[in-house]
Amino acid sequence: MSTTEAPAGNGHVGRALRRKEDPRLITGRGSYVEDIILPGTLWMAMVRSPEAHARIVSIDASAAKEREGVVAVLTNEDMADLLAPLPMAWVPPGAEVSTPEHWPLAKGKVCHVGDPVAVVIGEDRYGVVDAAEDVVVEYEPLPVVTDIERALDSDAPVIHEGIGSNKSHEHSVGGGDLEAAFADSDVVMERRIVNHRTSGAPIECRGVLAEDRAGKLTIWSTTQVPHFLRLFLAIMLGGSEERYRVIAPEVGGGFGTKLQIYAEEVIAAWAAKKLQRPIKWIETRSEHMMTSHHGRDQIAYVKVGAKRDGTLTAFHARILADMGAYHQLLTPLIPSLGGYVMTGVYKIPVVHTDVTGVFTNKFATDAIRGAGRPEATHMIEVALDQLADELGMDRLELRRKNFIAKEDFPYETPYGITYDSGDHHGTLDKLLEHFDEDAMRREAPAGKLRGIGYSTYTEICGLAPTRMFGPTGVGVQAGFWESAVVRVHITGGVTVFTGTSPHGQGHETAWGQIVADRLGCDPDAVTVLHGDTDQGPMGLDTYGSRSLAVGGTSAAIAAERLADKCKRIVAHQLEAPVEDIVLQDGKWIVRGSPDKGMTLGEVSMAAHVPTNLPEGMDPALEASSFWEPDNFVFPFGAHACVVDIDRETGKVEVVRYVAVDDCGNPINPLLIDGQVHGGVVHAIGQALFEQVVYDEAGQLVTGSFVDYALPTAAELPSFETDRTVTPSPSNHLGVKGIGEAGTIAASAAVTNAVIDALRPAGVTYMDMPLTPLRVWQAIQEGGAS
Amino acid sequence: MIPPEFDYVAPDSLDEALQALAGGGGDAKVLAGGHSLLPLMKLRLAAPGLLVDIRKVPGLRGVQREDGQWRIGAMTRHADLQGNADLGPVGQAAGLIADQQVRNRGTIGGSLAHGDPASDLPTVLLACEGSLTVASSSGTREVAAADLFQDYLTTAVGDGEIVTEVRVPAFDGWGSSYLKFTRRAEDWAMVAVCALVKKASDGSFEDVRIGLTNMGSTPLRAGAAEAALRGKGADAIAAAADQAAEGTDPPGDLNATPDYKRHLARVLTRRALEEAAA
Repeated sequence: MSTTEAPAGNGHVGRALRRKEDPRLITGRGSYVEDIILPGTLWMAMVRSPEAHARIVSIDASAAKEREGVVAVLTNEDMADLLAPLPMAWVPPGAEVSTPEHWPLAKGKVCHVGDPVAVVIGEDRYGVVDAAEDVVVEYEPLPVVTDIERALDSDAPVIHEGIGSNKSHEHSVGGGDLEAAFADSDVVMERRIVNHRTSGAPIECRGVLAEDRAGKLTIWSTTQVPHFLRLFLAIMLGGSEERYRVIAPEVGGGFGTKLQIYAEEVIAAWAAKKLQRPIKWIETRSEHMMTSHHGRDQIAYVKVGAKRDGTLTAFHARILADMGAYHQLLTPLIPSLGGYVMTGVYKIPVVHTDVTGVFTNKFATDAIRGAGRPEATHMIEVALDQLADELGMDRLELRRKNFIAKEDFPYETPYGITYDSGDHHGTLDKLLEHFDEDAMRREAPAGKLRGIGYSTYTEICGLAPTRMFGPTGVGVQAGFWESAVVRVHITGGVTVFTGTSPHGQGHETAWGQIVADRLGCDPDAVTVLHGDTDQGPMGLDTYGSRSLAVGGTSAAIAAERLADKCKRIVAHQLEAPVEDIVLQDGKWIVRGSPDKGMTLGEVSMAAHVPTNLPEGMDPALEASSFWEPDNFVFPFGAHACVVDIDRETGKVEVVRYVAVDDCGNPINPLLIDGQVHGGVVHAIGQALFEQVVYDEAGQLVTGSFVDYALPTAAELPSFETDRTVTPSPSNHLGVKGIGEAGTIAASAAVTNAVIDALRPAGVTYMDMPLTPLRVWQAIQEGGAS
Repeated sequence: MIPPEFDYVAPDSLDEALQALAGGGGDAKVLAGGHSLLPLMKLRLAAPGLLVDIRKVPGLRGVQREDGQWRIGAMTRHADLQGNADLGPVGQAAGLIADQQVRNRGTIGGSLAHGDPASDLPTVLLACEGSLTVASSSGTREVAAADLFQDYLTTAVGDGEIVTEVRVPAFDGWGSSYLKFTRRAEDWAMVAVCALVKKASDGSFEDVRIGLTNMGSTPLRAGAAEAALRGKGADAIAAAADQAAEGTDPPGDLNATPDYKRHLARVLTRRALEEAAA
């Protein structure tokens, strides 16, 4: 069943409605954590380690405590009553993971620059920052290791003595006789592909406000995961979950950085309880660059085998993944998440991925937009271009030859997962309708090196079927269903509670469209509430492009349950058979008699003043849904990128970017385009501009947006987008995720374009970031004149 | 991003501002547009005890031509200068500073007194051989561009002094270009080049000035390249530009090695000269 036929009420699904969220955001009427002011609030400032690896010899807080307005200075010892360290909740299946104890405040030693050592709490926001500078910490520096390959050497400094080495875990997926398959290949292409460290860099940094009142702790946090945060606060601080309320108010972007349980959230909650005053902390951008988790940071040794005619025979990737100094919530799982789609859209009979997690003296990596899948797609898509070059074959012909065919879906991969639906030839054909490669080459400006790159991708999202992702599957100790409550008020207004927690995606608009179509009202009449654990049902929050596929479906189901009730009420009131009641033009009518009908408001009035309801029917108009999918969803698409490179300076300019994506049935094309634009920018950012850099001493070099070069509109072309529609069988809306797809697809398209441009200059391979310096150096080393 | 504590005054006259500055001693700083100083304070890399905000001081803003020179008030914002074709490289460079928000606040006097070698206007002032008027409690003095930039973030503008005016020559008969190489439009220059050429009636270059941004601890003149081109024609540009980095010792950073910067200086000099000569 596809969406377009299901509701048949108003036809709002599929319309490019403008975001309901935007007027308040654009006019500054949104309320973020920073905007929330409680009387009697104390401010918190962090004392952070300037050392990347050191033993803490002593902490002298006496001067800080003497400052006017300082109420408390806390160290690890003060918080000894915490019941558990910061959580790591995600274990690759079957892997033995060594996870170091990670307390909110450092215990005995620091392991990365920015590791919190103490906090100062006081009356004045500025005063606590001054006082934090007065806390004197004596460190005994230890040897530092920042390079993942060096960290695995037997003589490398060991960061966690208790673990005994810097290896956190190994995890392998795949199957078949690899050795035989490579032996049977005509060509074996090998590359070392580096996927460097990036930051999520949302516009709103993190922040938390905690208040303990009458035995209930309320936390306002810039989080993507209020329900997770509530659970872990209860585990760490004690007591049961309902004594905690987590509110994620307006959240100004997450990109994964706010899918986390951070030390500051726990410390603020703990201190609010102890001091019985509200505690507030707002992160600075410098802190964000240092201690909001990073992403990527992997080195992959990739090996692809093929027959002379281009038929792929075998794939192996050995991935070294930088965990950073500690495991945060999902750290060790991230590279494995990419592992499941590492061979992308291709049929390869024998595949194998071996992941090794490595500790270094840097901040933790964790989920950043795409989380493992951008690394996987980059790897396979760049490798395919490299292989095409070795085979002397057209890159698109090589891709087409190995695509999983439309008729092969659902397709079970050798990694043991089942792709739900796809049409890779279809998206590539659609892309080429917009994109004439020969013409683009002919139109290249004089003096520039022009390059064209492609990326044909798929990804795994819509987290998640618990049987595959939970304790018995990937190993996450949770269920991954989603919830919704739909409530129709007496006068016909509708409130939807969703268990997902948006932070820029546009749920309020999209859920409004889904529910309006099912109930026969205007999307503007639907208010979508989220991000408050005391308001709606239990939910599993927002990440992994799960919200629409899982949470949107749940909202649809709840609305459909209500629609059934509406039909029965209308049938009863109008004395017609239930099966004859239909929604038409925003009204419940008797089929064929459009003048005989009831509006949603009239139905709701009848339900709330139950003088004439069907026998045995409960009053009011409210329904809930808890829904879990049977499978993930697998968006896919084909992207093309054109770059011009100034041969003298090495500067790369993206002059054209065309994205054809398939995310199943479109709920709102405008939201899809917005997500694709943002996602592509995120990946162009990584490919050309952004990199988190630590020096050998573990000092963070890119501590602000001066050095961490987020691209702006001035650096980007106008994007061209289009879609194909291949509904997902994983949910009855037929939808797939789109929030991460652009990021997953684009870095390979850009990189392939740059390498394509540089071939005449003698360059055949480059790792990101493709900065002017690195491109210039590659041209110098390429040696072509 | 919270600065340490400081005092703040915003006097209504130059005399009061100078008095306040003198009263604050070495601990006082002039606040003009604030777009260099305030970020440093927020990062706690600068911690002046007193800020003397001169935004209310009258007569410090505006552009006027007098005696073959342009007199530009020190508090004139970059946004007031950007795109002003009469001002040659000043207008060109001003339009390339950071982003529009910064240009709306940042001032020419502030930028020159700050003396960041990666900033644009210092190089332009040096190349066009302009000067500053600087006031103190003991009167005013003129500081030539060649004497102004002493070291990294160090200029001849002393404690207790306020830049009141910037003088650049009228650019009649000059061709100019300011080319800035950045990763992003809003960035500081990785390298930038200011080229000024004056052609004789036979088409040869009667005078040539080349300024380099971010090629050392101060803005620099590319003297060897200037000399190589002076008196020659456009066909000598490439060879002259090859000497643009001569004598420079630029520091490497995250985005550029010293070699790369010298290379960029040569490429940009050639392009800037070609543009200025066109």
